[in-house]
Amino acid sequence: MPLLAAEGLEKHFGDTRAVDGVDLAIDEKRLVSLVGSNGAGKTTLVNLITGLVRPDGGRIFFQGRDVTALPVYERIRSGIARSFQIVNLFDGLTGLDNVRLAVFSREGKIGHAASLAEGDPEARAEALEVLGEFGLGDKWDVKAGGLAQGERKLLDVAVAYALRPKLILLDEPTSGVGTREKSSIMDRIESVVRSHGLSAVIVEHDMDVVFRYSDRIVMMHEGRVLAEGPPNQIIRDERVAAILGRR
Amino acid sequence: MNPPRHSSPGAASLISVGLLVAVLLAVPSVASSYQTILLSYGLIMAIAALALNLLLGYTGLLSFGHSAYFGAAAYAVALTVKYLRVSAMEAFLAGGLVAGGVIAALFGFVCVRYTRIFFSILTLALSQVLYSLALKFFWVTGGTDGIRVPTPSLLGGVIRVPEDKVVFLAHDYYYYVLIVFLLCAGLVWLIVHSPFGKSLQAIRDNEVRAEFVGIRVRRHRWIAFVISGMLTGVAGALWAPLNGLATPDVLYWPFSGELVFMTVLGGFHSFAGPIVGAVAFNYLKTYAVGRTEYWQLLLGVVLVVLVLVMPDGIVGTAARLARGLRRAG
Repeated sequence: MPLLAAEGLEKHFGDTRAVDGVDLAIDEKRLVSLVGSNGAGKTTLVNLITGLVRPDGGRIFFQGRDVTALPVYERIRSGIARSFQIVNLFDGLTGLDNVRLAVFSREGKIGHAASLAEGDPEARAEALEVLGEFGLGDKWDVKAGGLAQGERKLLDVAVAYALRPKLILLDEPTSGVGTREKSSIMDRIESVVRSHGLSAVIVEHDMDVVFRYSDRIVMMHEGRVLAEGPPNQIIRDERVAAILGRR
Repeated sequence: MNPPRHSSPGAASLISVGLLVAVLLAVPSVASSYQTILLSYGLIMAIAALALNLLLGYTGLLSFGHSAYFGAAAYAVALTVKYLRVSAMEAFLAGGLVAGGVIAALFGFVCVRYTRIFFSILTLALSQVLYSLALKFFWVTGGTDGIRVPTPSLLGGVIRVPEDKVVFLAHDYYYYVLIVFLLCAGLVWLIVHSPFGKSLQAIRDNEVRAEFVGIRVRRHRWIAFVISGMLTGVAGALWAPLNGLATPDVLYWPFSGELVFMTVLGGFHSFAGPIVGAVAFNYLKTYAVGRTEYWQLLLGVVLVVLVLVMPDGIVGTAARLARGLRRAG
């Protein structure tokens, strides 16, 4: 049984069929890249899986459970987390507090109003450990709004990872950063994903990144899955080459 | 920089708070009865401003309807006296807490579905429903005349109603208000530094991300709204005996505007801002009213200058100046 299965997923915006009958299966401990040109439906598919938007048709199963109608917080609890294409952080809070919120949430402490956040050494230690894993250990006291773009990208992923998900969906985790920094960010992400046995779906435009890090590639075009398979198979696919303009 | 081993209020902060409490305790001994009573009003408004700031500064929701919870509590006190013949301050506080909380729970259920201008307008509109009811049901509420609130007994009757009301208000009642203020301020401090308080700040900064951290945004907003209403109710309950009368003025929207003014005057980005703003506004308004018939014009000018020159309020500006001086030194 795959970790995540989407069956006949559909999402329309007016006359535009952003996602048009997508079937998708993500196995455990796999790093899957979602590729395609702008408007192919990649981000909409991520939004559907994570509950940001509701599908017009189709079902989503996570660990065999139908999560199609679940609100976001219940999907988070079941083990689905995400980062965003445009970095989405709590800019007025420090890096430590950004991650610590995820720790509190996972531990069911987020509603605790009668205990001091600072008085929870385990949560602080875990948040610092997560920051360390993403190379942000020395930025714990810097407000998220004051971090560099690459650091913000990593913190975005770190917040999602601190929820200890089984599946993490990362929407363009390297967009807006330099080539050298891309490798650094992806190395960190790959290290965390593989060492903790997570599954990851990464929306990415940089095909060098995609072919270097992915176990499997899903190519989308006009809201549909055009091709999918391991990188060595996808790289030989004529349809993929035609769209990506590479060969 | 090394990771924090343990983070707690700094020694300097604790000393500052200790000194401030010592000064507040000494006020009845060194200041006139008039000044002490004036400060009581300021401390009561500080509770309401702290409550408002739980929504404005920490959750990012601007309420223009806090007169509803303050006024409902004041009327709850007045009606308790009128119909139940109860004059114990603790009963007044319980009544104010429940009245503020129940009204906030009902209004909040509707309001937290919206944000920004829609939230503000809804809070304002709903508060004016209560104002209209207070005017229309004059056989219950006394209409524009209001309902008289007598001087209460304190601490379950241990401190009885004295002959000299002014001395009572400037001494016993002042200390009572001070203790309740310190308890409320401590409670708000605890809340904003708790995981729940952090989640409110997360919602303020980024609602979508907060949702994707697993925070139930609407529920957290509603809980903050209810807590805010309850604390404002406590302020309303303390205010009614001090004022001696519950009138519809405190349900009218300009009173909500005054609470917002106080919070902005002190600075809504800091914990102490609303406290400083409430006390400062209270003095400012009292002296403006006493010196000129154009006091509203004076307050308007202060508000304009404040927004243009000191957007961080008194506390924020003082902190910025202190940082500048430290760097220059």
